[in-house]
Amino acid sequence: MAKPASSRSANASGAAAGTPATPNRERPSEPQRHHAETTELLEYYRQMLLIRRFEERAGQLYGLGLIGGFCHLYIGQEAVAVGLQSALDPNRDSVITGYRDHGHMLAYGIDPKIIMAELTGRAAGISKGKGGSMHMFSVERKFYGGHGIVGAQVSLGTGLAFKHKYSGDGGVCMAYFGDGAANQGQVYESFNMAQLWGLPIIYVIENNQYAMGTSVNRSSAEDQLFRRGDSFRIPGLQVDGMDVLAVRGAATTALEWVRGGKGPILLELKTYRYRGHSMSDPAKYRSREEVQSVREKSDPIEAIKRELQAGGASEDDLKAIDKDIRQIVTEAADFAEQMPEPDRSELYTDVLVETY
Amino acid sequence: MPIELKMPALSPTMEEGTLAKWLVKEGDTVTSGTIIAEIETDKATMEFEAVDEGTIAKIMIPEGTDEVKVGTVIALLAGEDEDADGVAGGAHASAVNTQPADISASPAEDAQAQQATLNARPKIGEAPASLRVEPEVPEGTEMVRTTVREALRDAMAEEMRKDDSVFVMGEEVAEYQGAYKVTQGLLDEFGPRRVIDTPITEYGFAGVGTGAAMGGLRPIIEFMTFNFAMQAIDHIINSAAKTNYMSGGQMRCPIVFRGPNGAASRVGAQHSQNFGPWYANVPGLIVISPYSAADAKGLLKAAIRSQDPVVFLENELLYGQTFDVPKLDDYVLPIGKARIARQGTDVTLVSYSIGVGVALDAAAKLAEEGIEAEVIDLRTLRPLDKETVLRSLAKTNRMVCVEEGWPVCSISSELMAMAMEEGFDDLDAPVLRVTNVDVPLPYAANLEKLALIKISDVVEAARKVCYR
Ligand SMILES: Cc1ncc(C[n+]2csc(CCOP(=O)(O)OP(=O)(O)O)c2C)c(N)n1
Ligand SMILES: [Mg+2]
Repeated sequence: MAKPASSRSANASGAAAGTPATPNRERPSEPQRHHAETTELLEYYRQMLLIRRFEERAGQLYGLGLIGGFCHLYIGQEAVAVGLQSALDPNRDSVITGYRDHGHMLAYGIDPKIIMAELTGRAAGISKGKGGSMHMFSVERKFYGGHGIVGAQVSLGTGLAFKHKYSGDGGVCMAYFGDGAANQGQVYESFNMAQLWGLPIIYVIENNQYAMGTSVNRSSAEDQLFRRGDSFRIPGLQVDGMDVLAVRGAATTALEWVRGGKGPILLELKTYRYRGHSMSDPAKYRSREEVQSVREKSDPIEAIKRELQAGGASEDDLKAIDKDIRQIVTEAADFAEQMPEPDRSELYTDVLVETY
Repeated sequence: MPIELKMPALSPTMEEGTLAKWLVKEGDTVTSGTIIAEIETDKATMEFEAVDEGTIAKIMIPEGTDEVKVGTVIALLAGEDEDADGVAGGAHASAVNTQPADISASPAEDAQAQQATLNARPKIGEAPASLRVEPEVPEGTEMVRTTVREALRDAMAEEMRKDDSVFVMGEEVAEYQGAYKVTQGLLDEFGPRRVIDTPITEYGFAGVGTGAAMGGLRPIIEFMTFNFAMQAIDHIINSAAKTNYMSGGQMRCPIVFRGPNGAASRVGAQHSQNFGPWYANVPGLIVISPYSAADAKGLLKAAIRSQDPVVFLENELLYGQTFDVPKLDDYVLPIGKARIARQGTDVTLVSYSIGVGVALDAAAKLAEEGIEAEVIDLRTLRPLDKETVLRSLAKTNRMVCVEEGWPVCSISSELMAMAMEEGFDDLDAPVLRVTNVDVPLPYAANLEKLALIKISDVVEAARKVCYR
């Protein structure tokens, strides 16, 4: 598990939730690490590797000036989106997140080409080049963005959960937000309504230890973020976000809870981002050693690779996946470079839907 | 082929930088994530990471070099199966400065594009026929005396009967029957699934409504008053108004934010403000602010049906006023069309919401003096019905804006700009505006009265532009 920047409470380490605030209130059972056969493991490996390579390439295209503005990479956090979303039903469950959204889209099966083309601002991009890295959506895939205001996706996701309940479609919303976002007021406004109305939502705090340059313990009076739902009677679980199988196991527990009609649940995923906050972050708030040590000790992709090797997956299988992923990413990058920019007339379209 | 490592752009504004330090030397192997150099940008020192695997074959730019242009090849990397020495030997000739593709338009093109901005119009799409045509109220249609409050309630109830995806959410809208009784009776008819009391949590429930609209429902979000929507304005603008554009037309947000706006009576500065100009500033929003009960009904129905996010600004002082509302099964009015509330030939008074009543009273006074004022009720603030305003100006050649709100950057300001840009040749006098005084609204009865628009001020302004 990623090393927390520092913990305020002395006895609060470890993946398991602490003592429940009210012992006689029903709590979800302790999540079990997911058991996966080799084929399933290979699929997790493939998806995480796709995100890793895609993001590395995006960083490279940024360096070449092909991607502009803000570009927030997901490197290091791959196990979170892959482990959680593999448990969802893409035909009915919705996903929403902030600006660090490439990984969640890839994990929901959205074509890397149109994502990369959006990053380069091309007409073939998923938002026709009008959204950019932070604003991508796929209503078809039930991926609702892609939001640039820290915390906004929490209320919006609560609205999506409201929709699931209102229309009785059986769906659950998974709303991701950061450790920094966890300090926004609207998060708690949303918690309150979600629990009050029994909305089917899984709140996911991706605790990558930093909000730009501010570590969790410099910003959070309660730094054990899985407890942040306590005042609203929303149960919380703390999960090792660097272990895709632990994440998957927690997703199963959370979905059981929410689909069982018990209302919202909160997951805190302890994870780490290797790169700067965005591409233009010099990252002076942490040491190179800190990053290096997480990379070496807790990398989610390396971990699953070791597990695969121990389980007898052949070197050739792994190599084949690597090669396949490189190919996909190269094609996406070529596509994103070669496609034309949006037509000038696109400036005026999509402001309003109707004509008045 | 060796991989060229190029001087990266590490911030949106970086054009060149200093190659401060090499952390690898020729012959070192690197993998994705290895930090290979430190680069000083215009803002900070950044680390440059390898993405590909291989061996550093050749360092092209020594450390300490200043003003290295973005895109310059700084090193060559031999891939897994390549011979690093071979790469280094043959590479000198090809190591020219490669600038990143210049994808911005030339200055001349930019100027052209700006011209296009002035001339072009949004693409014309299809809109439901009910929204395009002002309904004829057939001869002999029964008129029902209705308060604005009832008209708004009827509009919501009619649309809720027709479409299960429409629901109302807000503080005290259900069991209390509405803080201003606008939602009276809705809970009884539609039940708590569709008429939902929220906690006092404007930012939160505006976001919940917006998210529900993104998911495909048609929420009506009531703010107890628009003063409190300041806490929610982020969702109205950043989440609701911009999503369709940011998603390239993929994600709709059919939501109505409604509630009383503008000054009420003796409630002090924090509860008395007209937000019309604020929201009318935002592309991606529809802003409606009706005066009469018939317009309130017909436009609220249109707002609920619209695929676009609508800010619907009501007025507490008008809630109890009674107007004729045609008794028709489905009375829907077009968004974006002003109404000529009174015909006239000598001066055009343009207003909206409660200001229309002031303008009509002023017109009656002016008529006694032989000045026939035409009164235009804008009804929709965005998109503004330029055509109706300019046509009237062409007829009267004089214009006074009447607005219950502050003067600076107001709807009046916009109307005056419009008259300058597109009605200049029709003007026989400068356009004047009658607005509230430019101060927070005071509590004392006499001061409050002084601060708000008055009939006599409108009469005086009209006389002035008529040189009488
Ligand atoms: C309301 C708001 N305030 C500030 C910002 C600027 N900002 C963008 S990301 C960020 C840090 C957020 O950190 P966290 O929630 O931990 O997410 P992470 O970037 O780690 O994924 C800040 C302050 C913003 N976009 N929105
Ligand atoms: Mg963070």
